[in-house]
Amino acid sequence: MSIEANEEFKPKIVAFCCNWCSYAGADLAGSSRLGYPADVKIIRVPCSCRVNPMFILRAFEKGADGVILCGCHPGDCHYSTGNFYARRRMTMLFSMLDYIGVENGRTRVEWVSAAEGVKFSTTMNEFVEKIHSLGKNVRLGDLRCRN
Amino acid sequence: MQELIARAKELLADGTVARVIGWKAGDLPYNPEPAYFEKEEDFDDFVYNSFCGANLSKLMIEACKLEGKTLVCLKPCDTYSFNQLLTEHRVDRDKAYIIGVGCKGKLDIERIKKQGIKGIKSIKGAEITDDAETLTIDTLYGEKTCAFKDAMLERCHVCKGKEHKIYDEIIGESKDTKDAERFAEVEKIEAMSPEEKFAFFQKELSKCIRCNACRNACPACSCRKCVFDSTKFDSQQKANVDSFEEKMFHIIRAFHVAGRCTDCGECSRVCPQGIPLHLFNRKFIKDIDELYGEYQAGEEVVERGPLTSYTFEDAEPGIVAERG
Repeated sequence: MSIEANEEFKPKIVAFCCNWCSYAGADLAGSSRLGYPADVKIIRVPCSCRVNPMFILRAFEKGADGVILCGCHPGDCHYSTGNFYARRRMTMLFSMLDYIGVENGRTRVEWVSAAEGVKFSTTMNEFVEKIHSLGKNVRLGDLRCRN
Repeated sequence: MQELIARAKELLADGTVARVIGWKAGDLPYNPEPAYFEKEEDFDDFVYNSFCGANLSKLMIEACKLEGKTLVCLKPCDTYSFNQLLTEHRVDRDKAYIIGVGCKGKLDIERIKKQGIKGIKSIKGAEITDDAETLTIDTLYGEKTCAFKDAMLERCHVCKGKEHKIYDEIIGESKDTKDAERFAEVEKIEAMSPEEKFAFFQKELSKCIRCNACRNACPACSCRKCVFDSTKFDSQQKANVDSFEEKMFHIIRAFHVAGRCTDCGECSRVCPQGIPLHLFNRKFIKDIDELYGEYQAGEEVVERGPLTSYTFEDAEPGIVAERG
C-alpha cells in the first residue's frame, strides 16, 4: 500500500474575485464569521473581465482542481460593462473545456456582491464539495508542476 | 486562367495596380504557392487551378502598407476573411483591387494520397476550366483515377456559398460543392462521453509539432505581437513537454479567433500533421450561433463581433453544465 493512498484528497481551488464586489463579499464572509474551506485560494483581480482564458488554463496547468470566477452581478460592474464581456468569454471557454472532455463541474462563475457574505460562503462550500466528488484533476494538469 | 492573367497584365500595364498577388506553380504539380507578380514576365508561372486553396487575404495586411494598389485574387470564401480584416481595420480597401475568382471546390493532396495514390507525376482534371468529375492521375505506377469529390478539402464539403462578398470584378465561374452539414462533426463529438472526447482530442492533438503553421496561415491571426511568441508562454516555439501544453495552445489559438473566424479552413489545410483544427473553431461558431444568435464573421463589415458585445439577458456560463 502506498503512502499516497492514505492521504486524504485536499483539492486546490483557485477563486478569481473581482476587487469591487466579490473580494469585498469574501471580506464580509470573514467578518461575519462565516466559514469556507481553506482549500480555496483567492486571487484578487480588478474586474471579472480581467480574467483571461489563459489564467484559467494556467491555474489548471499548475495543479488546480477547480477554478471559480466571482464578479459583480450583471449590471453592477464597477466599470459598467466588464462582467458582461466576462460572461460571454467564460461561457465560450467553459463550453470548449467541456468539448475537449474536461468535466464541466470544475469551472464555475458566480456573481457575488459586496453585501453577499453568505452567498460567498455557501458558494465556496458547494464548489469545494463538488470538486471533492469529482476528485483530482488528471486531465489538465502539467506533470512537471505536481509535487 | 488565361482571362485572369490577361486582365491582371492589363491592370498592371495601365498602372491601376502596382502588383498582383496570386499563385505561382510550385515544384510539384499539386503545390502552388502564394506569390507577388510585379512584371509581365513574372506571369509565366502564374497558376490558378483546383490546388490553389491558399487564402490570399492575409497577404493584404502587408501589401496595404506598400506604395500603390495591389491586385488580389480572392475565392468566394476568401472574401469573408477580407471583410473581417476590413472590420478590424487591418487592411485598407482603397489599396486593394479585388478580383473575385471562380471556385469549383479545391483539392486536398493529402486526401488523394490517402487513397493509396503515390508517386504522382501529373494530375489531369484539376484545371479550373474543366468540370471534371474525376481526376486522372499519372503516377510512377501507372494511371490512376480518383473522384473529384473524394479529393476535395473538408471546407469545400461545407462551403458557405459561392457568392463573393466583396470584389471589384469577378472572373470565372463557380460551382456549388456543399454536400455535408457544417456542424455534423462537432455534434458527433458533443454526443460523446467526457472520456471519449478527451481520448479523441488527446489522440489528435498529440500529433502537434508546434510548427505554428495554423497560426501563421490564419487570416484572423493578424496580431503583430502574438501571445505564443511571448517567452512567458509555456509552449513557446518548441515541441510540447506535456500533453497539456498542446491543448492549451490549441484552445487559446481558437479562442483568440472566436467570433472573428470565418471558418475558411486554412488551419486544417496547412496542418502538416493533419489535425482537424477546424473542429475547435467550428465549436465556437456553433456556440455563438446558439447562444448569441446566428453570426457569420466576414459576411459584411460590422461594428462589433459577438465577443466584443453583450446583452443584459445573455446566458450564464452555467448553461454549459445544464446542456449536459
